[in-house]
Amino acid sequence: MSAAAETRPILTLTGLTAHIAGQQVVEDVSFTVPATGITALLGRNGVGKTSTIKAIIGLIDRTGAVELDGVRIEKEPTFKIIRSGVGYVPEDREVFSKLTVAENLRLAERDAAPRRQLVEELFPDLLARSAQMAGTLSGGQQQMVSLARALLNTNKILLVDEPTKGLAPKIVAEVAETLAEAARSVPILLVEQNLHVVRQLAGGAVVLSGGRVVHTGSALEFLDDAELTQRHLGVSADPGPSGETAGKTGLEPARKGAAL
Amino acid sequence: MTTDTDAAGTAGNASATGTDTKDTARGPADTRGTETAGRPTPPGRSRPTRRTIAGAAAGLAGMVLLVLLPLLNLSLPGVLPGPTYTPGSLQLLAMCMLMAAAALTYHLLLGVAGLLSFGHALYFGAGVYGLAIILQNLDIPLLPAMGLTLLVVIVLAHVVGSISLRVSGIPFAMVTLAFAQAGSVIVGRNPDGTTGGDEGLTLRTDNLPDFLVGVVNTRNLYWLALAVLVAVFIVVTWVQSSRAGHVAAAVRENELRVRVLGLQPYLVKLLIFVVSAILVSIIGMVFLLLQSGAVPRAMSADLTITLLVMVVLGGVGSRWGAVIGGVFYTILDQRLTTLANSDAIDALPDILRVPLSEPLFILGTLFILVVLFLPGGLTGTAQRLAQRRNRRVRGTGDDSTGMDRTATSREILEESA
Amino acid sequence: MSTVVLLLFTGLGLGALYFLVAAGLSLIYGLMGVLNFAHGAFLTLGAFTGWEIARRTGSDNWWTFLLSLLVGAAAGAAFAAFTEFVLIRRLYQRHIEQVLITVGLSLAAVALFDGIWGTDPVFIQGPAWFKETTEILGARVPNDRFVCIIAAVLVLLAMVFFLKNTRYGMIIRAGVENRSMVTALGIDVRKAFTLVFTIGGAAAGLGGVLASHYFGYVSPMLGGSLLIFAFIVTVIGGLGSLTGAAIAAVAVAVLQQFANFYLGGTGDFVVVLALALVLLFRPSGLLGRTS
Repeated sequence: MSAAAETRPILTLTGLTAHIAGQQVVEDVSFTVPATGITALLGRNGVGKTSTIKAIIGLIDRTGAVELDGVRIEKEPTFKIIRSGVGYVPEDREVFSKLTVAENLRLAERDAAPRRQLVEELFPDLLARSAQMAGTLSGGQQQMVSLARALLNTNKILLVDEPTKGLAPKIVAEVAETLAEAARSVPILLVEQNLHVVRQLAGGAVVLSGGRVVHTGSALEFLDDAELTQRHLGVSADPGPSGETAGKTGLEPARKGAAL
Repeated sequence: MTTDTDAAGTAGNASATGTDTKDTARGPADTRGTETAGRPTPPGRSRPTRRTIAGAAAGLAGMVLLVLLPLLNLSLPGVLPGPTYTPGSLQLLAMCMLMAAAALTYHLLLGVAGLLSFGHALYFGAGVYGLAIILQNLDIPLLPAMGLTLLVVIVLAHVVGSISLRVSGIPFAMVTLAFAQAGSVIVGRNPDGTTGGDEGLTLRTDNLPDFLVGVVNTRNLYWLALAVLVAVFIVVTWVQSSRAGHVAAAVRENELRVRVLGLQPYLVKLLIFVVSAILVSIIGMVFLLLQSGAVPRAMSADLTITLLVMVVLGGVGSRWGAVIGGVFYTILDQRLTTLANSDAIDALPDILRVPLSEPLFILGTLFILVVLFLPGGLTGTAQRLAQRRNRRVRGTGDDSTGMDRTATSREILEESA
Repeated sequence: MSTVVLLLFTGLGLGALYFLVAAGLSLIYGLMGVLNFAHGAFLTLGAFTGWEIARRTGSDNWWTFLLSLLVGAAAGAAFAAFTEFVLIRRLYQRHIEQVLITVGLSLAAVALFDGIWGTDPVFIQGPAWFKETTEILGARVPNDRFVCIIAAVLVLLAMVFFLKNTRYGMIIRAGVENRSMVTALGIDVRKAFTLVFTIGGAAAGLGGVLASHYFGYVSPMLGGSLLIFAFIVTVIGGLGSLTGAAIAAVAVAVLQQFANFYLGGTGDFVVVLALALVLLFRPSGLLGRTS
């Protein structure tokens, strides 16, 4: 690969500003996501992380520039943005509860040759539950459906919003492992409150506060800086209980998506 | 729905040219690119400008003209059937004003509280039929009869409102329609002959004061209608700029946030619902006096739709829009009927004649075009043209004619912070 | 006993008509958030075109009747597709404006029908068998009731089949639940919108032809009077639920018939009362989403 292609970011946001019902939720946000690895989007509750993700794909009204793989996409409707190679894993999973697991997955297939085999290998449990109504799945299983939906297609980037929210530690570990695996072939922008997981997975970090970007840089360096994390996240990020999960998850540090 | 801001009241209201300090601290008030215009400022914050004084003077002059109209010999050929002192013209003008007042009450529902009700005619009809039935069957003078009708309406509005407001948005619209339809059906069925069924009920004039009865006294009814319009305008303005009005507007913007703040959207909505029902029922009572009879149309879904059309044509969210829409529609309705029956239309080839000879077709199409291409109705379009002119004159995008209408509602939304 | 049976079948027949109108309304609202005030106009157009066809080809023939059903459904579908494509689509996501446009359209359409066909009701002739009765448990049930019921059942089955077994059906089911997530999967929901409108229009048009035989006449007001009951049925059944609409349609129509007979003509009133009760205890309707 040429040096230029390796260093061009996959996603560039410039001056992204969004509002919901008259309230400004994202203000002049600009950052880039590198074409490899996992970049974490961090911040307290309510600072605008989910809104930023939604603004990227146009689920909320916004102004500003969004460039995906060198192409400006902000004027496109959401479905076209997704079709140009974005995998979206929303906060709260948002599986269709009145459809079966198989239907949920089939609905998500975009490509001519979706990667069904890959998904079956990664999520054997889902294969067994094909005919089950998605509404009757557990939270962890629904999260797997949500991830599988994004992995079925060949994407240029995955936008993953709080995939470990409300899940038991064992499932958190599984999710993290799946993400690490996925990151080997596609860059991920990951919103995550669980700083353990961030530590294991993320290379770069973008920190938001009050709807604005307040810090960018290496994730590990940020998390190791107690003063910074206290100021922007309100918690200390020592390897120890982060308040989100109890105790260590026992995972070895995942490969941070080194490009092959 | 993004609605336009309230147009500056030019009759006796200081238009807001200042901005709240809290608002400027937040940054540009309007984040959605909708028109901003003056809002009536709470007392103590207005800064009278040359525009405000000119506006107030114009308003006063207009009011004087309206009061003197029955004594003058002005003619508006094509609009009025005769000079302004004739009963025919006065009847039409009085109807325009009553409809404008009714449109104002609908503005309170839709423009302020964001409640799309398809059953507003229920309360108008309750006023019309209620008063007619009471006067017909009881020997009491006018004012007590009106009071009694009002009592009935208050109870009715509370009951129906509290049930209907269990849902919101589109389901609310459907439910209000259903309730109004029930009322309409009851009127049509003419239980025990009380409502006169399809033919309606004539007004029994025995207990009415003399000055309100008879064609020769049409001008008294005109003045009564004018007084009602002014009174309704004042009440609507007062409610709109009261705390309840601001909370209602905040609810319209973002109900969840209001609830999170511990305020009660349901109660505020119910209050607005009942207030607008009361106002429109009073208008209905005057309508009864003006028309000397009750007709089933007074309680029909058609009437509610007519009010909706008036408010949209004039511009949702604007009091003056409602007034202008009401007057415009009433005159248009009258003229279109004449036009539709005219020889000019008859001479057209069938494919044009058939639709154009139906006034409602023209009106419906006009309505569709307004919704598609002129959001903000007549007043919104006028504002946009004026702003474009201002911008050219001043060279800056000076939209500081007043607070964003969401400013005070936003204050409420931010109060807990 | 025979009265009960007669009332039951009359109610079922009327319920079939309510369902045909409410099914489209419910799906349109469930998927698109649009309250389609013009739905009654789709029905009326279907009824009139069906009548025109029957008039020209001999009205008491079974084949003519079937043809009029097809033509009515097609007319309703075409009108609906036109409405969605030309008017509703421009106002994507602006729900109140969309409602307003359908209101304007219903005004204009009814006025147009008045102009073309006149305001007086036109009396309909169908196959002679419709006017005959069949005896069931001692009641003489007019045969046109059966036609309505069978037609509605067929339409229900067809719609359920479509929803469960086609990709667009899947998109519609998912979209009724969570439209924005469907777009976030890269699917253009707008095609589903047109499809849902067209299906609703076809059902309404079909219902219009059946209604004209059930009531015995066609008039520009036909759609409007049925529309209000369809709204009530849709709310009671739960917006967005096809089976909810079916159950509510039958319940409302049967209730209406019984109340009219046993409680002195108060059928309409009782139905509104039922609506009030449902709203008080289960605002999202019988089978609607509870969120």
